[in-house]
Amino acid sequence: MRINDVIQFAFHAMQGYRTRTYLMLLAMAIGVASVILLTSLGEGARLYVTQQFSSLGTNLLIILPGRSETTGVMPPMMGETPRDLTLQDVEALQRSRHVKQLAPIVVGAAPVSYQQLEREVMIMGSTASLFSVRQLILSRGQFLPEQEITRASPVCVLGYTLNKELFGSLSSLGKWVRVSEYRCRVIGVLEEEGVSLGMHMGEVLIMPAASAQALFNINSVFRVLVETRSQDEMEKARQDVIEIISARHDGEDDITVLSQDALLSTFDRILTALTYSLGGIAAISLLVAGIMIMNVMLVAAAQRTAEIGLLKALGAPRKQIIILFLTESACLSLVGAMLGLIFGLAGNWVLQGYFPDFPFQAPDWALWAAVGVALSTGIIFGLLPARHAANLDPVLALSGR
Amino acid sequence: MIELDHIFRTFKVGDELVHGLDDVCLDIKDGEYISIMGPSGSGKSTLLNAIGLLDQLNEGRYFLDGADVTELTELEQSRVRREKIGFVFQTFHLIPRLTAAENVALPLILAGVDHAEREQRVNEALESLSLSNRSHHRPDQLSGGQKQRVAIARAVVTKPVVLLADEPTGNLDHASGIEVINILEKLNQQGITLLLVTHDIELGVRAHRIIHMMDGKVLT
Repeated sequence: MRINDVIQFAFHAMQGYRTRTYLMLLAMAIGVASVILLTSLGEGARLYVTQQFSSLGTNLLIILPGRSETTGVMPPMMGETPRDLTLQDVEALQRSRHVKQLAPIVVGAAPVSYQQLEREVMIMGSTASLFSVRQLILSRGQFLPEQEITRASPVCVLGYTLNKELFGSLSSLGKWVRVSEYRCRVIGVLEEEGVSLGMHMGEVLIMPAASAQALFNINSVFRVLVETRSQDEMEKARQDVIEIISARHDGEDDITVLSQDALLSTFDRILTALTYSLGGIAAISLLVAGIMIMNVMLVAAAQRTAEIGLLKALGAPRKQIIILFLTESACLSLVGAMLGLIFGLAGNWVLQGYFPDFPFQAPDWALWAAVGVALSTGIIFGLLPARHAANLDPVLALSGR
Repeated sequence: MIELDHIFRTFKVGDELVHGLDDVCLDIKDGEYISIMGPSGSGKSTLLNAIGLLDQLNEGRYFLDGADVTELTELEQSRVRREKIGFVFQTFHLIPRLTAAENVALPLILAGVDHAEREQRVNEALESLSLSNRSHHRPDQLSGGQKQRVAIARAVVTKPVVLLADEPTGNLDHASGIEVINILEKLNQQGITLLLVTHDIELGVRAHRIIHMMDGKVLT
């Protein structure tokens, strides 16, 4: 029997029993669509987190003073706090050829006022390179001027919300605001943007690092963000950073270097696992659809007993009857899977319309897996009814008993 | 052509053994026209099913076209059925979702005949039974006589050597029944060996030879 004849026979049979065909296609389609929707939910979460991380800047190393590591050595006899990171350390780090740019961060809270309006806000001291390292966007004016790291100057950049709260609809550029007992001139305003990893850039005031140190009367640096030239140089840059700092700190290795990748890959693993488990849960509905196929094909074999007897009388061997019935269940599940694929992708599209910020995107493996599982459940669960049909006694089958 | 050598077929009904075929010996020559007659339960259909290889024998030997077909495997028996035997049933057994032409094409499809040749042979078969204008009708759009003619076309489209007809007129009115018998006789005149199961004496006596059966035995 030719393959196209087998398929045609299956489609004729599907058309011959419309109600059960539609029901089975529906069951299969729901199964496949739910796999696609649930996995794209998981995958979307993963992509969302990845996007959030990349808004932090790429190829980023974060240097923290102190070593967050316990060693088996006896506790130091004298209270020894880790040496602070200073702006001089930051300047020294610029010597590494793997470092593209770096931005020290000094943080603190201080009251900021303009005329009668006062706000307690977070002050961020940094340099001009923070702009590109953190991938900030300006709405008006300019960012901190390019100048030596250790130089202070009385200028500041306001976050979008802060600017709105202090100045309302008035232009703030060129105005002087009071920060604690210092004064500085507003030279730029940041664009409105969302929360990025807990740091709300809308409510900060950014000023040169040296000015912030003077303001808070400290000479340490809270963090240093280091951007390397490329992904490959991350490891070399990390070694350079550790070497340079320890040379300056009398051979003490007293800093912690975090890479963005390490954080990201942890999230990535967690969320990929989530996607797989969501896919697995949805696959249960595919299994249910498979059992339904088995049920319906058994009924079909009972309904078509006479037909099976006839096929045998016309010279169809057992094997051929099995092939005919398996093809029928495979076609049903394949068509159902295709419908499910369409429903699922359409559902993704609709959800994407409602939640534009969240990337609904079914991973490629989920599409293949959904269709593959649908087809194999169709065949596996079609096997029992097919064997049942093939084993019918032709004489009894023809007499309708 | 067909040689049955002491064949037995027993069924178990409850605790009782029923002899469907009880020591049947039969020798049928090429091109013969035989009617098998007897009361219901006498084993007529069982004999026909045994000859059609639809039923397994308990004992005895069956030679078809000189070859022993008793011990063939399921696959080989299917092949013999496909190539040498045509069936006509009382209840037609047409597949309701297929058109007349598609029903006739079914044995050719199962045999893997390619599309062009299939179409030609189906058209020939339908034409010889004057069904050409009914080829795209489904069984529910055909009269009883037309249905049986489609079934006959399906039985002969593979050019079998034996045609087995089990009460082919049983579900037809008298006129259609006579028409169907005329067609079968015409096919017999063209060379096919025809075995006809009936309990209508009027039809039975038209055969070259009548086999009477009773309780699974052939009466001579």
